[in-house]
Amino acid sequence: MGLSVPACEIRPAFTDEVEQVFGQRVSECYQCGKCSAGCPVCVDMDFPPHQILRGLQLGMEDVVLNSRSIWLCASCETCSTRCPQEVDLARLMDVLRQMALAKGIKAPERDIPLFHSIFLSSLRRFGRIFELELMGMRNMRSGHFFKDVLLAPGIFLKGKLGLLPPRTRGRRGLRRAFAKIRDMERKTP
Amino acid sequence: MKYAYYPGCSLHSTAKEFDMSTKAAFRGLGIGLEEVQDWVCCGASSAHMTSEILSHVLPAKTLAGVDRDAKGVVVPCIACYSRFRITNAALQEDPELRAQVKSAVGVTYEGKIPVVHPLDVVVNDYGLDAVREKVSKELTGLRVASYYGCLLTRPPEINSFDDDPENPTSMDDLATALGAEVVDWPYKTECCGASLSFTRTDIALRLSHDILTMAADEDADCIAVACPMCQSNLDLRQRAINRKYGTSFDIPIVYFTQLIGLALGIAPRELGLHLHSVNPKNLLKKKALA
Repeated sequence: MGLSVPACEIRPAFTDEVEQVFGQRVSECYQCGKCSAGCPVCVDMDFPPHQILRGLQLGMEDVVLNSRSIWLCASCETCSTRCPQEVDLARLMDVLRQMALAKGIKAPERDIPLFHSIFLSSLRRFGRIFELELMGMRNMRSGHFFKDVLLAPGIFLKGKLGLLPPRTRGRRGLRRAFAKIRDMERKTP
Repeated sequence: MKYAYYPGCSLHSTAKEFDMSTKAAFRGLGIGLEEVQDWVCCGASSAHMTSEILSHVLPAKTLAGVDRDAKGVVVPCIACYSRFRITNAALQEDPELRAQVKSAVGVTYEGKIPVVHPLDVVVNDYGLDAVREKVSKELTGLRVASYYGCLLTRPPEINSFDDDPENPTSMDDLATALGAEVVDWPYKTECCGASLSFTRTDIALRLSHDILTMAADEDADCIAVACPMCQSNLDLRQRAINRKYGTSFDIPIVYFTQLIGLALGIAPRELGLHLHSVNPKNLLKKKALA
């Protein structure tokens, strides 16, 4: 008698969860490693991109969502361009980052999601990026108080750094949109 | 020929010279640009890395306000350009997403406003023959390394305006039409690490160092760029790269629009060439371009 294992039993729930949002099948990947070969930040990652995909195929939620790799991906799109199976890895990394955030997972690359939240807070309030505040807040909240301060005078003297926040028309509507999006995303995690 | 124009946040601040030179070059070529009113930030990396809906809401809000009579909207910043094109593709395909965008920000947008890059407009729409006719000061003897970065050609089905994603040539063809000499080098589309520039600066410095090394090895006089993030990593951080790696790079990083402007005989100051960290003054003098 042959061994029969129903497909659903060897298919981890996490794989389904990711594929549902991602819209592509992670089983498409046959582990050729081309993504990792061309990745500019592969050497900085704890798991090269093709191993992240392998982890997804095996349903290793903890490993994947707690990895540095998903935060270090620079979205350069080299992997997505070269994948022979047309797996859009760069977008997959976005999906994984969003998922990690939604599940409240603390990123090992703490400064990266912190920067995104400061950036988006500036955008939410002003409609455009107020760079002076962005830099200041980043330094204050990350604890790297003197980061890039040597760059500031040069940019400032060239008249590139505005001292006042942008006053974009319609920024109140934008604030409401941010709140609505948060509600929408809570409903469909 | 008239286009709407979306400068984005960078071109209003740290990449002021990209804004100045795009406007000056387009004026010189006789292509009209009119800034989109009340535009908002595209959200860049921070939106698409953290919220799918937000990453489409922001571009849709701006694009819905673009004049429908314009030939499209010219977007010089590659990050904005790429996000706009991705939103256009996503909204055209997905009615559910269109509904989500509408309910979040109250705009109906079908993803139909053409989003174009100024390089595409100049090379493919305006045409290099027409450019050649306008050149009054050939960039003779200037060795240019064309650096396309990531998103101008990738992913090809969204961004690439028919250029080859692995070996694009549109900027090289333009530089040649302007009379410059182009450098054949393999780092045209390598990533400079822009999205990590503020958080893992060490990585951005390493990647940018590699790009500068390769351009210097090919004796490039300058690197031509089409993206404010590439520009700031290679230019603003060049001194830090020299400190970290013990190098002595002194390579001006210029926007391709500044090269067009120079060849049209526009004064370097009007093109913001005095606003870079690595001042191209000596180079321009040496090549009799200033």
